[in-house]
Amino acid sequence: MTLATQPSSMQKADAAVAAKAAPRRGIDRRQWIGMLYIAPAMILVVVFFLGPLVMTAWMSLHNWPLLGQHSFIGLANYVAIGKDVRFWNALMFTGYYTVIVTIAIFLVAFPLALFVERPRPLIGLYRTAFFMPVAVGFASASLLWAWLLNVDSGLFSPAAYQLGLTEKKINLLATFNPAFWSVIVMVVWKASGFTMIILMTGLQSIPTELLEAAKIDGANAWHRFRSITLPLMRRTIALALILSVAGSILAFDQFYIILRGGPRNQTLTAVYWIFNQSFVSFKLGYGAALSMVLLVILVVLSLIQLRLLRNPEGT
Amino acid sequence: MMAATDVATPRRDGASLLKPILGHGGGLVIAGIFVAPIVWAVLSTFKPSVEARQPPLPPWPTTGFSTQNYATLDSFGAGVWHSAQNSIYVTLSTVVLSVVISLLAGYGFSRFRFPFKDLCFVLILSTIMIPFQSILTPIFLILTLLGLQNSLTGLVFVYVTLQLPFSIFMMRNAFDAVPKEIEEAARIDGARSFALLTRIMLPLVWPGAVTVALFAFLNSWNEFLAALVLMTDQAKFTLPILMTAVQSGRFGAVDWGAVQAGVTVMMIPCLILFLLLQRFYIRGLTAGAVK
Repeated sequence: MTLATQPSSMQKADAAVAAKAAPRRGIDRRQWIGMLYIAPAMILVVVFFLGPLVMTAWMSLHNWPLLGQHSFIGLANYVAIGKDVRFWNALMFTGYYTVIVTIAIFLVAFPLALFVERPRPLIGLYRTAFFMPVAVGFASASLLWAWLLNVDSGLFSPAAYQLGLTEKKINLLATFNPAFWSVIVMVVWKASGFTMIILMTGLQSIPTELLEAAKIDGANAWHRFRSITLPLMRRTIALALILSVAGSILAFDQFYIILRGGPRNQTLTAVYWIFNQSFVSFKLGYGAALSMVLLVILVVLSLIQLRLLRNPEGT
Repeated sequence: MMAATDVATPRRDGASLLKPILGHGGGLVIAGIFVAPIVWAVLSTFKPSVEARQPPLPPWPTTGFSTQNYATLDSFGAGVWHSAQNSIYVTLSTVVLSVVISLLAGYGFSRFRFPFKDLCFVLILSTIMIPFQSILTPIFLILTLLGLQNSLTGLVFVYVTLQLPFSIFMMRNAFDAVPKEIEEAARIDGARSFALLTRIMLPLVWPGAVTVALFAFLNSWNEFLAALVLMTDQAKFTLPILMTAVQSGRFGAVDWGAVQAGVTVMMIPCLILFLLLQRFYIRGLTAGAVK
C-alpha cells in the first residue's frame, strides 16, 4: 500500500514545490499539514451539516415527537405528505411567489443596473442609495414594512386616506391580493440593489467598442440592447436568476413577520409550513420528511440552474 | 442614413442639456424612494410614544423630540439591551470564528496537497446548495445532544457553518492570488508554515478577510429563522427575535414607536458598516460572478 502510493504522491509533491532539493519525507509531511488547516472547517461541516443531513433522512422514516419515544414507521410520513393538501398549497404558493418576485426584481434591477453602470456625476450616491436596503436585514426590513403597512399607525393607508384617494382607511393586510403585493413591493425594495450590482458587473464586462460599432452602423438603443447586451450577459443573468430563485423559494421571514401566514393561511410558504409542523406542532419526523421533499426539489432546481450557468449556449 | 443623421443632429443638441437633467431628476427621485423607508422609520422613533401611535405624517416629531421609545424598549422581556448584548456576542463570535477558520482552510486548500483535498473542497462548497432551513430539526437535536440547547454559543457554531462555503471560497481565491515565490523565499529562510501564514500571507490576503468578516457580521446580526427556532428562552433572544415578539403583541398592545426604535437599533450597525466597507461588500458579491 505505502509502496504503491509513494511514487505517485511523490511526483505530485515534487511538482508542487518545483523540484526543490528538500528531503523526500519532509515534503510529504509538510503537505499533510494542510489537513490540519482544514480540520476545523471540516469538523463544523460534518457536525452541523452532514450529520444533520443524514439525520433528516433518518428522522423522516420515524414518528418522532419532541418528547417521548420515537418509532420507526417506514415511508408512512411520505404517504401522509401525498395527502397533505396544505403542504402542496404552500408549495404552490411558494412557486407563485418565486416567479412573481423574481420577475418584479428583474424589472426594477435591470433599468437600475443600466442607470448606474457607466461613470457619471453622483454615481456613487445612486449606487449606495439603491443598495442600502440590501444591507438592512430581512427581519428589520419586514418589521419596518409591517409598520408602514399597518392600517392605523402605518403610512400607506392613512396617507391614501388623507390625500382623498380612498374613502376610508383600507387594511392592506386583510385580503390576499393587497397583502401579497405589499410583500412583493417590500422584497423588491429590499433585494433589487443586490440583483442590480450583479447585473452591473455583467454590463461592465461588455466591451464598449462593440456597442460603439453597432451605434455607428445605425442600430438604435433597443436593438443594441437586444442583440449585443442581452446575449453577452447570459451568464450574469443566469447567476442573478439562480440567486433570486434560491432566495425566494426559502422565503420565510417576511411572511412570518408581516403576515403570520395570513390572511387565512393563504401566504404560508413551504419553509413556513415545515416550521409549523416541526416547531409548533412538534411533529419532528413529519417535518423532516417535508424537509426531504423540499430539499430534493431544491437540489434538482440547483442542478438545472447550474447547467444553465455552465452552458450559456443552452445545448 | 442621411435622413437619420439630419433628424438626430438637432435632437442631440437639445438632448445634451435635457438628458442629464432628466436623468438626474429621475435618479434622485428613485434614490429617494429607496432611502425613504429607512429615513422615515428612524425619524419617527424620536416622537413621544403617544404621537408614535398616529400615522407618521409628517415623519419627524411634531410634538417635541423624545427618546421615550428607546426607553420603552427595555421593558419588553429581558430588555432590549440584554438582547442587544446577545446579538453582539453572537455576531462578534461568528465574525472572529469565520475569519479564523476560513483563513486556515483557505490556506490549506490553496497551498497544500493531501488526499481527498478536492473532495473536501467540493463538499464544503456544495453545502450552499442545501438550505439549512431543511436541516434545522436535527441541528436542534444535535445541539441538545452537545448540551448547547438554548445556548448562544450553539447558535454561533450554526452561523459559522452557514458562512463557511462563501468564506472558504473567498479565502482560497485570496491565497491563490498570492504568488508562490513570496512564501518560497521565506520558506528557504526556514519559516514554518504557520509562521508563513501569520507573518507573510496575512498582510497580503487581508482584503479577503475583511469581506468574510463583513458578510459574517451582516448575516449573523440579521439571521432570523435559526435564532427563532433554537433560542426559546427569552433571556437568549437576539434582537430580531425580541422585536418580532414585541411586534406580534406578545408583550401587550403593539407599540409601533418602540418597534421602530428596535428596527433602528438593528439597522444602524449594518448601515454604518456597509457605508464604511462598501467596496468589500461589492467585492464579495461579485466574487461568484467574476471568476
